[in-house]
This record gives sequence, structure tokens and C-alpha cells, in this order.
Amino acid sequence: MSVSNTGWTPKIVAFCCNWCSYAGADLAGSGRMQYPADVKIIRVPCSCRVNPLFILRAFERGADGVIICGCHPGDCHYTSGNYYARRRMTMLFSLLDYLGIERGRTRVEWVSAAEGAKFAKTMNEFVETVYTLGENRKLRDIRCRK
Amino acid sequence: MKKIKARALSLLADGTVKRVLGWERGEDAFDCSPALFENEAEMERFVYGTCAGANLSKYCVKMGKAEGKTLVILKPCDTLSFRQLLHEHRVERDAFYIIGAGCTGMMDENGLLAKCAACKGKEFAVYDEIIDTEECRLPTGTEKRMEQVEKLENMTAQERFAFWQGELSRCIRCNACRNVCPACTCIKCVFDNPGSGVQSKAPVTDFEENMFHIIRAYHVAGRCTDCGECSRVCPQGIPLHLINRKLIKDMNELYGDYQAGLGDNERTPLTSFTKEDAEPGIIHERGNG
Repeated sequence: MSVSNTGWTPKIVAFCCNWCSYAGADLAGSGRMQYPADVKIIRVPCSCRVNPLFILRAFERGADGVIICGCHPGDCHYTSGNYYARRRMTMLFSLLDYLGIERGRTRVEWVSAAEGAKFAKTMNEFVETVYTLGENRKLRDIRCRK
Repeated sequence: MKKIKARALSLLADGTVKRVLGWERGEDAFDCSPALFENEAEMERFVYGTCAGANLSKYCVKMGKAEGKTLVILKPCDTLSFRQLLHEHRVERDAFYIIGAGCTGMMDENGLLAKCAACKGKEFAVYDEIIDTEECRLPTGTEKRMEQVEKLENMTAQERFAFWQGELSRCIRCNACRNVCPACTCIKCVFDNPGSGVQSKAPVTDFEENMFHIIRAYHVAGRCTDCGECSRVCPQGIPLHLINRKLIKDMNELYGDYQAGLGDNERTPLTSFTKEDAEPGIIHERGNG
């Protein structure tokens, strides 16, 4: 799915909460569920550890899509982290949309440790969306090219 | 206004304040720059009029550390910035004597300032005394505040991108918008980090300096009082306040009306939450994609 004739594959950064979706990814793996290798997982202690700058930085350095996975609202390991993350990400994504960046490049999904299948499904969907959108040209920064 | 100058002189003379933070006449009638006056002789240069657009709140952060009280003259919208700084413990209330100065809208050589065309109101959020006239309390174009933001929201994503690319490509990265912003008071700024790779002007890219402006606006989200200084000082005339206003509009719509600098609650929309908040996916359902 994610290999085209041109050989381009999207670079996807997934910020996963240690207490839920990271374990969910593990479960997807041990359950032999397939999801594209284009997804690079970064483990964070909580979805609210994701500084909005991390997301922008990822885009600057050439990511084509960024997805944040956290515990379902109400289930945060630290009681309320994901509530803060929810507001922050809503505002950031709305701002990116306002500047004309494609909406499909950003996503927040709540995945628990037991939802391996949901994790795989979400990643498949997200990669598909980003793949359709193509390369991220709007947000990358050539000063950050390594 | 003569009354303000006279009051400042008397406060300086009786020792209530050690210095006066105000404006001085520059090279021409429109040039009215922030200045510090420490004695009567220096006060000769003091001026307050229809061109005193600069918000003096930001200077208070530094001035609050000086010995003795400082007299600062704040317009209604400036008092919001000052109050927000108080909430953030960036200034001490006791270090300042605040004269609330009446304002009928400020101008520059191009006429009424953009921020004054959509005035937020004439109430003072914090003051020791108010010096104004009846004329200063007349209502203004508050209802027009979100007009341009709505216009942009109704465009398609491609049109919006073209609009912002056109505007932001003119950025010369002089950092004036950051330096003037009364909400930007970090001692160490992320943009000054050489490791970021983006501390200086970009070579021509697809969408030049977009990140700088996204980060700048987002860093003050929920704390921005919409004082409009960023657009006023921009030498390239980029309507930067439209980015901040979009954030304000979203927060008002999703999390309830909020005006930074008002109210006693120090929690901003982004440092609080409710269990029923909208999911981030809501942006897919609003406006044009």
C-alpha cells in the first residue's frame, strides 16, 4: 500500500503514550497484526508530554504526518494529562488548518493497552490518508535538512 | 493630554514615583516612542496624544526590578496586558503606579491603527487613577473584530495557504513581533537557540518562516490579550494579529468566552480542561477543508 511506482513512502511519526498505546502497539505486534513500517513510534510518558513544538519540529524535518496516541479521556495514568493534550492539539491542528496545511496530516487517537487491533487499524488508515496527500512540502524547512 | 503630564510631574515631585514610563516625541508628528523620564527636565519631552500606540506593559517586566515605584501610563487595552503579566507573576503590582489614560483610538501615518479599528473596549482592567474625558468612553467597532478571520476561514485550504504564503514570505525575521509582545516574556526564547537551526532568516523555501509565526502565535495562545502590537510593529505590514485572533476565536467557541487579562482566574483555556471538551477531530467538521 505504501510503496508507489516512484518508490516514495510517507514518513509518519507516532507519539505513543507509554501506559496505553505503546502497549497497544506491542499487542498489535504480538498479535501479528499488520501495519505499515512507515510509522515511527516515539514513546512518551503521557500524551500531554507532547510539546506542540515536537510536532512542528517533526514536520520541519520532513515528516509527512504526525499522529498522537493517548489513553482514552478519563483513563490517564496521571489523572488528567490527556485532557490538557486534547485542548492543546485541537488548537494547534486548527491553527495549522487555518494556515492552509492539509487536515489529514495530523491526528489524535485514543488507544488503550488492550486495543491492539484498533492501533493497527488506526495506523493503516492514517498512513493511507497521508499517502493520498503525498509529500509534505508546505511545512518542511530546508534549514533543518540533515 | 496636559492633565496626564501635570499629574506625572506632581507625582515625580512629591516622590511617590522615581521615574515615569511614557512616550516621547520622535522625528515627526507620528513618531511617538516609548521612553523613560527620571526628572522634571526630561519630562519636557513627554507626550501623550493620538499617536501613542505603543503598549508600555512589556517594559514593565524590566522596570519592575528597578528601585522605587515607576509611574506607567496605560491605555485601556494596555491594562489587559499588564493584568495578564500580574497573573503570570512577571510584574509586581506594588512596583507601579498606574495612570489609566483615556484613548479615542491611536493613529500612525496610515490612519487609525488596525488594532483600534476593532477596539476591545474602554474599561481599565487595572489602575491607580484614571485620567480621561467623556469622549474616551464612546463605544467602538468591537463587533468587527473577527471579520477578517471569518473571511479567511471561509476560503478553501489552498486559498488560505496562498494567502499566508504571500504574507509570510515578506517576513524578514527581524523578531520585532516577538520583542514587542507583552505576552512573550521568556528570559530564554526558543528562537534564540542555535541548535534549533531556525534562529535566523530562512533561505527561500516553500513556505518561508511559517514555523516562526506558528510557534510565536501558539506560545502566547490563551495569554494573548489581542493588543495588536505584533501587527503594529511589523515593518513588512504582515497582519500577524489574524493568527492570534484565530486562536482566540477558537478558544471562545470551543471552551467558552475568555479574555486574557480579565477575571481573577489565572487559568487560561490551555491550562485548564473540562471532561466534555471537543475532540481534536472537530476541526474536520468546521469550515472549509
